[in-house]
Amino acid sequence: MIAEIWNWLSDSAHWHGPDGVPIHLREHLQYSLIALLIAAAIALPLGLLIGHTGRGSFVVVAIANSFRALPTVGLLTFFVILIAPHIHSTGTATYLIPSEIVLVLLAIPSMLTNTYAGISAVDPAVRDAARGMGMRGSQTLWQVELPNALPLIFSGIRSSFLQVIATATITAYVSLGGLGRYLIDGLAQQDYPQMASGAVLVAVLALLIDVLLAAVQRYAVSRGITGRYSRKRIVDPAEQQAMIAAAPLT
Amino acid sequence: MIDYYRQNSDQINGWLGWHARLSALPLLFGLLIALPLGWLARRYRWLYPPVVTVAGLLYTIPSLALFILLPGLLKTRILDPTNVVVALTVYTVALLVRVVADALGSVSEDVLQAATAMGYRRLGRLLKVELPIAVPVIAAGLRVAAVSNVSLVSVAALIGVPELGQLFTNGFQLSYQTPILLGILLSVLLALAFDSVIQLVARVLTPWRRAVPR
Repeated sequence: MIAEIWNWLSDSAHWHGPDGVPIHLREHLQYSLIALLIAAAIALPLGLLIGHTGRGSFVVVAIANSFRALPTVGLLTFFVILIAPHIHSTGTATYLIPSEIVLVLLAIPSMLTNTYAGISAVDPAVRDAARGMGMRGSQTLWQVELPNALPLIFSGIRSSFLQVIATATITAYVSLGGLGRYLIDGLAQQDYPQMASGAVLVAVLALLIDVLLAAVQRYAVSRGITGRYSRKRIVDPAEQQAMIAAAPLT
Repeated sequence: MIDYYRQNSDQINGWLGWHARLSALPLLFGLLIALPLGWLARRYRWLYPPVVTVAGLLYTIPSLALFILLPGLLKTRILDPTNVVVALTVYTVALLVRVVADALGSVSEDVLQAATAMGYRRLGRLLKVELPIAVPVIAAGLRVAAVSNVSLVSVAALIGVPELGQLFTNGFQLSYQTPILLGILLSVLLALAFDSVIQLVARVLTPWRRAVPR
């Protein structure tokens, strides 16, 4: 099996042309990044607002959690059937728009609940101290609550990204591009080396992105919070809760 | 939707049964593997970082990729439901190991000393004191795993494994919404059912939490 995958991956024919790895990799990243940016533009401000004001948290968290029970394949096929006939265009837009909607919907819950949880888990004494020092509400949010919540917000972004990368693989089933093409086409052609190589590429991509984001997180989060450079590791109970909560993937 | 269900009830019930089994077995196996692993990671502290890191890495693998890679590793056929059970067991273990280790770690030192003073040996203390106290946290992790398993099983329909996901692929091929909506409904209901059962079992296993009104 390893030899088959190696042969497939080292065949230069698979790295050129419209069905080559670079093209499908670019498509995969493109779908994922568009969805992630739109989802972040919705989820992060909303999470900050809810965490800061404490209003509406119950409803939003309940909705975000119930989203996790929805089967991704079901959502994807449903939206494509619902929306695709109404888009009159040539090219991939017909399938791209419904797929992006699903990717955005799947990316929102982790980021939203983690941002909210991160802000609301900030020690009330810290918040009081900020107020005592004369900070206004917005200053407290940006200079105190946000930096404190960053580890949780990052773990939300990471699990959203993984979810989106995994689901973008499935969009190949509804005739989009991306690395999922190798899995779906390989299955249709009974070409196991192609499927397995595609699967390896997707898994490596997910892994690399997670490692990259972990590195960014390491340097973006204040060392006063991570305890980096100090010997004692602080285990934050809120972080543990979030690790449990930030689970689903496709 | 109800008419559609009536017309195809035998087939859909069969898929529902498969779906339930394919999501439940990994939960069971995953818990059985994660409990000793989590205990080890707690008992020998140096094991904790590598165990949590490996679990995190396994968790990043997209499910469709794992469903496809496992037949090559296990020498099974692509369509073999074993692949789905093994893949989801991997995810369940990856999620639960950390939860179990942290749950056991959160048992307070006072409780441990009291148990030791009452004459519990190490194994007895683990089974009769530490694990029961850890039940609510482990159950919370198990609920998350259950809900995500039910959703992940339907991905396996793309490679042709018979379960509720077949309603999605059939509906997509026919451009027909009804089976897809029915599939979403049944799979959400199934997730809810698992969730309720786990909560119920956790409640039965922790009678002391009901004795004192909070």
